[in-house]
Amino acid sequence: MRNPRYVMLVDTRLCVGCKACVLACKSENNVPDGYCREWIVEDIWGEFPDLRAEIRSTRCNHCSNAPCVDACPTGASHFALGGVVLVDHDACTGCKACIASCPYDARYVHPDGYVDKCTFCLHRVARGELPACTTVCPTRTLHFGDANDPHSEVAALLRSREWKVDHPETGAEPNLYFLV
Amino acid sequence: MTSPFHESVTTRLNHAIDPALHIWGWEITVYLFLGGLVAGLFILSALLELQRGKPSTSSGMRSVPILALVLLSLGMGTLFLDLDYKAHVFRFYMAFRPSSPMSWGAWILLLVYPAGLLLWLGNLPAALQLPVLARPIAAAQRWRRRLLWLSVVMGVGLGLYTGLLLGTLSARIQWNSAVLGPLFLTSGISTGAALLLLLPLHADERKTLIRWDMVAIATELLLLALLLIGYVTGSSAARMAGAVFLGGAWTASFWSLVVVLGLCVPLAMGLLEVRKHLPLIALTPVLVLIGGLSLRAILLASGQETGFRLLP
Repeated sequence: MRNPRYVMLVDTRLCVGCKACVLACKSENNVPDGYCREWIVEDIWGEFPDLRAEIRSTRCNHCSNAPCVDACPTGASHFALGGVVLVDHDACTGCKACIASCPYDARYVHPDGYVDKCTFCLHRVARGELPACTTVCPTRTLHFGDANDPHSEVAALLRSREWKVDHPETGAEPNLYFLV
Repeated sequence: MTSPFHESVTTRLNHAIDPALHIWGWEITVYLFLGGLVAGLFILSALLELQRGKPSTSSGMRSVPILALVLLSLGMGTLFLDLDYKAHVFRFYMAFRPSSPMSWGAWILLLVYPAGLLLWLGNLPAALQLPVLARPIAAAQRWRRRLLWLSVVMGVGLGLYTGLLLGTLSARIQWNSAVLGPLFLTSGISTGAALLLLLPLHADERKTLIRWDMVAIATELLLLALLLIGYVTGSSAARMAGAVFLGGAWTASFWSLVVVLGLCVPLAMGLLEVRKHLPLIALTPVLVLIGGLSLRAILLASGQETGFRLLP
């Protein structure tokens, strides 16, 4: 059997920035007050009055060539099922090398001392459920699945739609895709 | 007519990450400075003895291994203060991760202690040669030459790693230069020589160290020039990273503290001493030490703020 490669797709033509995903994540994962594992970015560009805007829900890119996994001195940052990048809280010293190495600044130090970030809700995925953010999105902006399975919804969308990734020049090979 | 623009607004406001990354503070500055300084002490004291073929009799050189271990322990103390999960510090020694300079550093630091103790034992003043230490002293003296070469290799490893630790982090665009390795190593050698020059040494040792420090300072100036050349001739990301020293926010402190006071003035004063045989005043080494500390402080503070989020 082929190894899964879990990816998330964000449809920038549907996202309205309602932050339901942000709050669902905070509630599902007990994210402490004042912190977030995912967030909304709004880009506006052009020349007035001809402006364009793009709203997108964003989070850890679960890179296939993750700089954080390379930078971690203890092996706390590691690849789990489907290439999902996780932090083993027990092995983390709070040295913050992974935070400095992340091109997307997706990590933070949890008030308890360890480094924390999005897990693609792997605990839910293992039960056959979708990540919390994906289930609550009212505009069906978010799609999650195995890009290595040619019959999956995400594989079909990546074949049929135009997409981009954030800062491909980092060489980190991110697995968060933005449909445009 | 308004000009085209690109504005990015985020809802993220994580502590120490936003609005600009600021995860490492004075603790890491002090550690990087002391780590480099200790690397310099090991390299220079070993090379001096290898060149002369016999252990030094000056009280200053004899105390170097212990001084180095005390300074390194101070540095490791501030490193520990920086950890956000202090109870898990032992985790550094439950794994070796070859891709992580920090993991290399953790293990190198562990090697420095026994090597430093053996170097100290091998050249103890007669008053301290207690009978109970007879066997370790004999062993340390037998392995002396090998230990000296080990100190050079270990010192180079320690000095390089403190720079590569930052230099391998490609997300922090300003740090992401392999020049940082040799730059921090050279600065460590130069600050190590400066500290040695403040100790009671024999006149010939002082003379050699002043000359070596001149070479180190000149090399460091060259490496800083290469670093800046790398920025201005690089991609738009590199140019953005270098701009903070070339007109941007850190220009005044970088050029005044690091380049002029920390390198050019001591180089000129050292040349005066060597050429005109003017007596060295303590100010020269003190300036070198201030320059070395400033280099770490400025690169650490300004570099962590440079990231891909600043690029469209």
